[in-house]
Amino acid sequence: MSKKTIQDINARITDGSVHVVTAEEMPGIVAELGADGAAREVDIVTTGTFGAMCSSGAFLNLGHSDPPIKMQKVWFNDVEAYTGLAAIDAYMGATQLSESRGMEYGGGHVIEDLVAGRSVDIHATAYGTDCYPRKLLDTTVTIDDINQATMLNPRNGYQKYNVATNCSDRTLYTYMGTLLPDCGNATYSAAGVLSPLYNDPTYQTIGVGSRIFLSGAQGYITGQGTQHDPTNNFATIMVQGDMKRMNKKYVRGATFHGYGTSLYVGIGIPIPILNADIAQATAITDADITTNVLDYGVARRSRPILRKVTYEELKSGMIDINGKEVTTSPMSSFHDARAIAEELKDWIKKGEFYPTLPVENLPNTGVVFKPMKQMGEQPTVADVMAQRVTTIRQGLTVEDAARAITEGNFNHLPVVSDEDKLVGIITAWDIAKAVAKSKRDKLDDIMTRNVVTADTSEPVDTAARKLELHNISAMPVVNKHSKVVGIITSDDISKLVARR
Amino acid sequence: MKFILHATPEITPKPLIAEVILETGTLLNIDRADVKSSGGEVIIDVHQDRYNIVTAAFKKRGATITPLEQPIIKDDDECVNCGACISVCPTGVISFNDDWTVQMEIAKCVQCGACVIMCPQGALKVSK
Ligand code: SF4
Ligand code: SF4
Repeated sequence: MSKKTIQDINARITDGSVHVVTAEEMPGIVAELGADGAAREVDIVTTGTFGAMCSSGAFLNLGHSDPPIKMQKVWFNDVEAYTGLAAIDAYMGATQLSESRGMEYGGGHVIEDLVAGRSVDIHATAYGTDCYPRKLLDTTVTIDDINQATMLNPRNGYQKYNVATNCSDRTLYTYMGTLLPDCGNATYSAAGVLSPLYNDPTYQTIGVGSRIFLSGAQGYITGQGTQHDPTNNFATIMVQGDMKRMNKKYVRGATFHGYGTSLYVGIGIPIPILNADIAQATAITDADITTNVLDYGVARRSRPILRKVTYEELKSGMIDINGKEVTTSPMSSFHDARAIAEELKDWIKKGEFYPTLPVENLPNTGVVFKPMKQMGEQPTVADVMAQRVTTIRQGLTVEDAARAITEGNFNHLPVVSDEDKLVGIITAWDIAKAVAKSKRDKLDDIMTRNVVTADTSEPVDTAARKLELHNISAMPVVNKHSKVVGIITSDDISKLVARR
Repeated sequence: MKFILHATPEITPKPLIAEVILETGTLLNIDRADVKSSGGEVIIDVHQDRYNIVTAAFKKRGATITPLEQPIIKDDDECVNCGACISVCPTGVISFNDDWTVQMEIAKCVQCGACVIMCPQGALKVSK
């Protein structure tokens, strides 16, 4: 079996004889020459990905002011950065929102502005100490005015990611973009065939100290990413790089409508082809990489898996979900992922970039990715709902409803059919309006027919979100036969929250 | 060809569109209609051969016409060719080229704004 060392490869970079290809070109080469032949022929395979990586941010050192300040709080263009560090260091997180502009502008945009050379306003406050007497600071800087501007992303470059769709009946705004109701679309991320970690799934050449392409500069992998989950092919890396050397093309602040801000980061990892096994791994194609389509309509940790798909199907633009043709959208740019793999290839060919072997490999086995440990039981709708609920039969009059409401001293009256199924709801306000308009006969004319309901096993937090979204103060709780088994009000929920 | 029909409150109650269809004998496609107390704005699609006749008939009735040559505008400096906008478009305006850049068949756009909301880079704008 053909074997090479990293020194052999780097010597070829120096003498200009190195053979570099991108991960898109490699499957063809392995098919033609076999893994061993490909390993002899190719020295390095380059990968690339360019997409939203929320778990991103930057350490920024502002230098000392006179008189000096120990920043207790600091804002860059009205976006707060973390200052629980020494006096004038701050960490700007990509998803922090602007205090005045909200989701329109966030930490990701501040980082983009700095890399693009735009000036950024700084406002800092402090409590004042003997060594740092200053309490207030306002200034404007560009990236050239600050000392270190180090991008340090605790979790980037997912090996692959889930596909998001939405089987509920309303539009959802998520970190996977707008998800249309009734599985109207599906979104996915990651670069598939070019995916950095998928091309070396056992991380033989990827680990702490690996030199990489990070947003147009040379950066490094500093460790496993948070949530690193290699057992399920959801590995991630922690990376760092010098923002002053980055290319603004690959550092782009992003806004996901209704969700928040993020940062588009470009990562390219070179994979030195040391042996046939590594060559074989880089022969992976989109058809070989599978992932799950999840229903984001269910706001729980474990979302229902609707099916498995390959990246080849996803990239075709259409997938079948329960017999329905659903249009797919990537959230990351394959065009730019390819540009990154090409640019890295170019750097290596020109002798501007030398790959390194890791000083420590990323853990590949024995990593357990746990869900959060939660103390106490998460209360469900069944725990807080009122079980005694007065209902009224369809066909009765406004007057009957008014009587029921006044006698019972409540505001919401579910309307049920002869079969006891929920058909509508009446509020005290509906009755007041009806009376004012002298509409006193059939309830059917004034009741709301599209009733928002809750389910007994639903967590209280999802029920609370529903009330908020629909701007209502109560929901009937129904069983699977649409029979009313209780009612939950925003008052019940507030009382629960007050007790917590 | 598409155009925006602006109607003032005085003329909105009239069956403008029906009248113009009858008078010109032309089929019109209503892409979007937005009628408020301050007047109405309707986006109408008509075959280019009939564009002049139809717009003249609307003008005769006191409406203002703005041709809609660029219903949706993409800022190429902002666009990263992610393609997030593709799946939300109800009329299939947006698709990938072979090189994974994004192309738009803007004549099909009905200015619903779904892609504008979807775009993480703020690269899209519906023209007014
Ligand atoms: S505005 Fe609507 S119709 Fe036009 S391109 Fe965007 S999504 Fe498609
Ligand atoms: S969503 Fe925005 S950035 Fe992405 S391809 Fe469409 S226009 Fe370009």
